[in-house]
Amino acid sequence: MKTQEYTVIGTRPIRHDGADKVTGRALYGADFQMAGLLHGFILRSPHAHARIRRIDTSKAAAFPGVKAVVTADDFPQVPERLVDLGEGDTPLSYARGNVLAQGKVLYRGHAVAAIAATSVHVAEEAAGLIEVDYEVLPCALTAPDAMREGAPILHEDLKTKEFGEQTSRVSNVAEHFRHVMGDIEAGFAEADITVEREFNTATVHQGYIEPHNATALWNNDGRILVWCSTQGAFVVRDVTACILDVPVSRVKVTPMEIGGGFGGKIPVYLEPVAALLSKKTGKPVRIVMSRKDVFEATGPTPGSNIKVKIGARKDGRITAAQAYLAYEAGAYPGAMVASGAMCVFAAYDIANVVIDGFDVVVNKPSTAAYRAPGATNAAFATETVVDEIAEKLGMDPLDFRLKNAAKEGTRRADGPKYRRIGCVEVIEAMKKHPHYTAPLGGPNRGRGVAVGFWFNVGLPSSCTISVSADGTVNLVEGSTDIGGTRTSIAMQAAEVLGIPAESVRPTVVDTDSVGFTAVTGGSRTTFATGWAAYEAAQDIVRQMKERAAKLWETDAASVTMERGVFRAADKSMTFQELAAKLDQTGGPVVGRGAVNPRGVGGSFSGNIADVEVDPDTGKVTILRFTAVQDAGKAIHPSYVEGQMQGGSAQGIGWALNEEYWMNGSGTMMNSSLLDYRMPTALDLPMIDTVIVEVPNPGHPFGARGVGEANIIPPPAAIANAIYHAAGVRMDRLPMNPPAIMEAIWKQRD
Amino acid sequence: MHNKVRVQTTINGEPQEFLCEPRQSLLECLRDILGLTGTKEGCNDGNCGACTVLMDDRVVTSCLVLGVEAEGCQITTIEGIARGSDLHPLQRAFLENAALQCGVCTPGFIVTAKALLDREPNPSEEQIRLWLANNLCRCTGYDKIIRAVEQAAQEARA
Amino acid sequence: MTVPTVYIPTLLQAVTGGKSAIEVAGATVRQVIDNLEQLYPGIRERLMDQGKLRPNISVAVDGEVTPMGLLEAVGPQSEVHFVAAIKGG
Repeated sequence: MKTQEYTVIGTRPIRHDGADKVTGRALYGADFQMAGLLHGFILRSPHAHARIRRIDTSKAAAFPGVKAVVTADDFPQVPERLVDLGEGDTPLSYARGNVLAQGKVLYRGHAVAAIAATSVHVAEEAAGLIEVDYEVLPCALTAPDAMREGAPILHEDLKTKEFGEQTSRVSNVAEHFRHVMGDIEAGFAEADITVEREFNTATVHQGYIEPHNATALWNNDGRILVWCSTQGAFVVRDVTACILDVPVSRVKVTPMEIGGGFGGKIPVYLEPVAALLSKKTGKPVRIVMSRKDVFEATGPTPGSNIKVKIGARKDGRITAAQAYLAYEAGAYPGAMVASGAMCVFAAYDIANVVIDGFDVVVNKPSTAAYRAPGATNAAFATETVVDEIAEKLGMDPLDFRLKNAAKEGTRRADGPKYRRIGCVEVIEAMKKHPHYTAPLGGPNRGRGVAVGFWFNVGLPSSCTISVSADGTVNLVEGSTDIGGTRTSIAMQAAEVLGIPAESVRPTVVDTDSVGFTAVTGGSRTTFATGWAAYEAAQDIVRQMKERAAKLWETDAASVTMERGVFRAADKSMTFQELAAKLDQTGGPVVGRGAVNPRGVGGSFSGNIADVEVDPDTGKVTILRFTAVQDAGKAIHPSYVEGQMQGGSAQGIGWALNEEYWMNGSGTMMNSSLLDYRMPTALDLPMIDTVIVEVPNPGHPFGARGVGEANIIPPPAAIANAIYHAAGVRMDRLPMNPPAIMEAIWKQRD
Repeated sequence: MHNKVRVQTTINGEPQEFLCEPRQSLLECLRDILGLTGTKEGCNDGNCGACTVLMDDRVVTSCLVLGVEAEGCQITTIEGIARGSDLHPLQRAFLENAALQCGVCTPGFIVTAKALLDREPNPSEEQIRLWLANNLCRCTGYDKIIRAVEQAAQEARA
Repeated sequence: MTVPTVYIPTLLQAVTGGKSAIEVAGATVRQVIDNLEQLYPGIRERLMDQGKLRPNISVAVDGEVTPMGLLEAVGPQSEVHFVAAIKGG
């Protein structure tokens, strides 16, 4: 493949929203102000599972300063249908039920009622006066518990879908699916060594620093205006319209700047409630979640129970692999177990595979996507089993992976063959990296490796670009910017137009002002919205060629454009010069792009981790951490590195400390940032990054999405490092000091 | 109606006066009464650092300070860091090093880092990490933040 | 003359008598499904509802998930797969 030389792609311009973000001027959802603003507070269930017999809001409604109180009864009764929650289709009753509970509460923190008042303190005080009569029910808190015979049933109308067929069996298992490839029994029979292990991973949260927030105004013209923190303004629009039973055109969503999402800000929680309160009061209503609410009532990622069995010949070739993945969906079906199943063996070329996946409801908050959802849990299992096999065969763990690595043409267990992928390149980059052979330098230290894969998505995006007379352009797009994407998108337009990145002014706009754009998630934004910008820029080039042709009195077909210079015969003109003449050649030039792209390229990632395990306390110190990832083409390398480092940090927290510590009645005991322990600056070393570029043939610049794949390998890499440091194979997440000490003591006995 | 207290204080070098309920935190007063929304709320219990301000040159989480405690104090918020219409070297270093992704933790980091560099012009990586340990970032993994602070320190020493 | 190959997800192999890969003519995914239905009645209903692909099912042609779904063109040597529709976080 020819390497392209780009002018803008691959450089590191300052992000366009930079000055606002470092001065505190950028406006996030909770910063939103409006005349007459009321403040909302949500009353939440203290019980993990209960029937709501009665709600009496009269005392709260009479409290001075309270302007309205709502419950689920205030929602219009809409016939059941499916809504696109931005991460798959869900029954409307589930989406709505999670916003305000109807009939039953399914987790501690489940929203039951909401109050709008003159201050959030007044609203909170008044909420204490709402009387809810609960009939407490027993709860099921893990997948094995919920799958047991006689387990408390969360949804009386939920019948298991088994192998694609709806059964009549009422249970907490929403779905059991299976992928089969080849002949698993023959595969294991051929193996010289087989390792089978069972793993349990705890519920963890995306941990974005900015809590959810939404302001809604049910305006006097019937339009519902929303300002919120979201990864998908169009999802908010569509789901809110659906729940409130109004046409989507009645809802306008303005996405504010967003303080992190990682998948957790794709679902809709507050907007329909704020809208209802605004309808009742005639005023704008702002609701901001507390940190406790964020933990107890948004969408953490599934805890899981996983079994992985892998067989290999003594020459290192894997002959068979089997996985059992039971993921906790939380209160409503939809655990991301299907993607876990797609990723569990995705790094390997294996002929004989069986994967069983279970989507299980439990009395915990309804799970949402968290950066490569489902894949990290699965990789923790696979990558530690692979490490064990490599060790038993006396093979270098990266060589073992290379021997079995997935390549272009390898068939995945869920069916399709890979197109061009960078699995081998990532592993080779890990092998070549000085970290891999550096001395460990002390006792109780060990090194571990792991790899992971995420397929990334395409989905629709729209963009318009208009040319200013000074040769700069305004770019309008609808992808909320969580990590610098307005710049990586602007850079792609700049490259086409042959102008500097600074000459593009990107703005993220509301749902009235740009064509449909799917969520900022799925590692799609630089890829797909960038592609829409690319198309809009190409549209501008086409139009400007016609303008040059008019000026030069020739035909447009004879005009060429390269790196911002238009040429025909012996004449030439820069983009800036031509932009100054648009007025005299026909008026404004506006370019448009709308895409729903194919050609999505998956991304492989890998980690090398050095740890030191304190044999007396079980504390794990990360000494050195290297992240490698295939970006296809790094549009803005600093932000690609940033994604790799951020995903690594989240993966490290997931590996070592983070968990929902639930008591027996389903209360999260550590719902604060003190006790839900995310990594601080003191917990991490510098994180070295290596960007591998195996161009994605599907994208104009060869880009692959990079946001997610980097969170997949860290827990396994660290588990493998812990084994090599302390001699214990960990089978649960998090691998916190008590867990490690238990493993060490058990081994000593 | 709770009785409000009149608070007279100095914020970013300017005298300010406001009325607040005794139960309102300094964070709430800054954001909702004075309109200084650059200081953010991430947890409201002192564990994330997004609300960090300087109070008489002490680094404090303003969610754990009452508004009435600001009486007679010198408060510095993110809005007071830039030098007129020029960015402070820390702010520039954060941008040049891509030390922010979503940016919501950035004001807290910049205020804390400024306090560090005011005291220790040549901090080691370890010192920087220790000083910033109460500022949580979920996006960056801290690597580029540390480098930004090192760059700003280096520039100031030059 | 070659015809496209449709890969049947494990879940649906009960309808096709256990067959996992079936050669079926068709110039679009819709035509391929219609022709598949002639061979194995009942399979279309498992894949489609009210003229559209069932929610949470995507179709991949030659290894690439296609946003065109039923309307995607299928070549004589194409592979057609039905996979879970995933979006990510």
